[in-house]
Amino acid sequence: MMVQKRSLKSRLKPYVAALIALLIIIWAFSGIEFKGIKDSAGSVLAAIVSGLFQPDWSYVYSGHGEDLLSALFETLAIAFLGTIISSFIAVPFAFWAAKTGKHFSVRSTTGKFLLTLVRVFPELVLAIMFIKAVGPGAFAGVLAMSVHAVGMMGKLFSEAIENIDRGPEEAIIAAGGNRVDALSWATLPTVLPAFINFTLYRFEIAVRSASILGIVGAGGVGAPLIFALSARSWSRVGIILIGIIVMVTIIDWLSATIRKQLLK
Amino acid sequence: MKATIPKRPWVKEWHVTGFTIFLLLVLAVLLSAQATQVGQDFSMDQFVDLWLKMAHPDWPYLSQIMTPLAQTVQMAIVGTLLGGLLAIPFAFLAAANIIRNAALRWFIRLVMNLIRSIPQMLLAALFVAVVGIGTLSGVGALAVFSFGMMFKLLYEAIETVDSGPMEAMRAAGGKRGAMIVFAIFPQILNQYLSFFLYTLELNVRASAVLGYLGAGGIGLYLNTTLDTFRYDRTAVVILAILVVIVLVDTLSNQLREALS
Repeated sequence: MMVQKRSLKSRLKPYVAALIALLIIIWAFSGIEFKGIKDSAGSVLAAIVSGLFQPDWSYVYSGHGEDLLSALFETLAIAFLGTIISSFIAVPFAFWAAKTGKHFSVRSTTGKFLLTLVRVFPELVLAIMFIKAVGPGAFAGVLAMSVHAVGMMGKLFSEAIENIDRGPEEAIIAAGGNRVDALSWATLPTVLPAFINFTLYRFEIAVRSASILGIVGAGGVGAPLIFALSARSWSRVGIILIGIIVMVTIIDWLSATIRKQLLK
Repeated sequence: MKATIPKRPWVKEWHVTGFTIFLLLVLAVLLSAQATQVGQDFSMDQFVDLWLKMAHPDWPYLSQIMTPLAQTVQMAIVGTLLGGLLAIPFAFLAAANIIRNAALRWFIRLVMNLIRSIPQMLLAALFVAVVGIGTLSGVGALAVFSFGMMFKLLYEAIETVDSGPMEAMRAAGGKRGAMIVFAIFPQILNQYLSFFLYTLELNVRASAVLGYLGAGGIGLYLNTTLDTFRYDRTAVVILAILVVIVLVDTLSNQLREALS
């Protein structure tokens, strides 16, 4: 018996792929300047680490609004409001982009393309644009987040719509209901748990991105962090970092707990 | 015969839970709206003006941003590679079917969870403060982020491998190192490459704005064109970023489909 030999092409394939990957990696490394590390790098790193262990506790709460807690609260407010607003905007876009038939449809393709465009548009750039309109502050952050999150939530929502059982809708139509009845009594109740689940998931991401919006001046805890970094007050950098880590961890845990309850 | 209709408890009959959650949500929305001063004057003129200027992109500017654009992708690739390679040993140390010592596993997972909770841009801000302005800071930030991301995906993949090959090797007297190389690696290789590509997609997106903080790449040009009110150039930068992200996403999606 003779073992059938694989064709030359299929035997060479992994090697060719590896070679291409290697070339891409070499190209990538060629663009990075592995020099120019500041002489002070070591001491700054040591200062940040010691700042983490000796944080500026007095900054946590000062009583007149210029403290860590109010900055974190503002961050959460931006994330919450942005997520809520965009969860409503995302619903019509999701129905627009959902591919419900088997064949190519102009409606779904244009919807998906639009959502992709929104999704890849950098949030910080949006924030900068809104700052031009409303001035620096948390409002610009809320606007940027409300627009940006539509891209991802619209995509997740539309996939939820694509995956539901069409039976209940057909039953309502067969029983003489119109399309509005089918939407409000069959489609929406079926997709609602998935929508809430994705909204919570998106909220976790929103908290992370709200904490960097301050870098461009769109509110939240990012601004005091940048100020503390440029003023080299490492103990303050430490307490802000600790604050962000604690906030993100709590929100992740809370959201995961609620989502587990929902999916039961 | 008298039929008795079971009575729903008061809480359910009046939908107390639902209404409470609804009221709490409304309250939270109102509080957040107050905290973020929603409804300040929205200067429509400024906003429209911005878009009008951006509607006439300064195309010749494209030739000036090709190098930083390439740099953005290069940073993402190097960052993903460094973080992804570093994640392998740690993922094995955190996997329950490799390491029997639960305390060690939980310690590693805790540290990694903390690392993962820091947003990329904040990592970049820290790296710029420590290392200085340049691509190296960007690579560092992306590497740390990829490290946390790939670690989580990878250790979950390792924990769900088929234990058959491992048991067979143990029965034949294989050492733990041999088990990892011959029983686990072949099972997770495709998943690893898929995670790698996914992380790369995320990193390309992040990499595009890292330069805003001076961490290399195209983001710097975003900053300068906006600061000098050259919105026609900003439009070119944004469009270039969009094209690169969509290209990388499409390519990576196709490779990932081929892998699975």
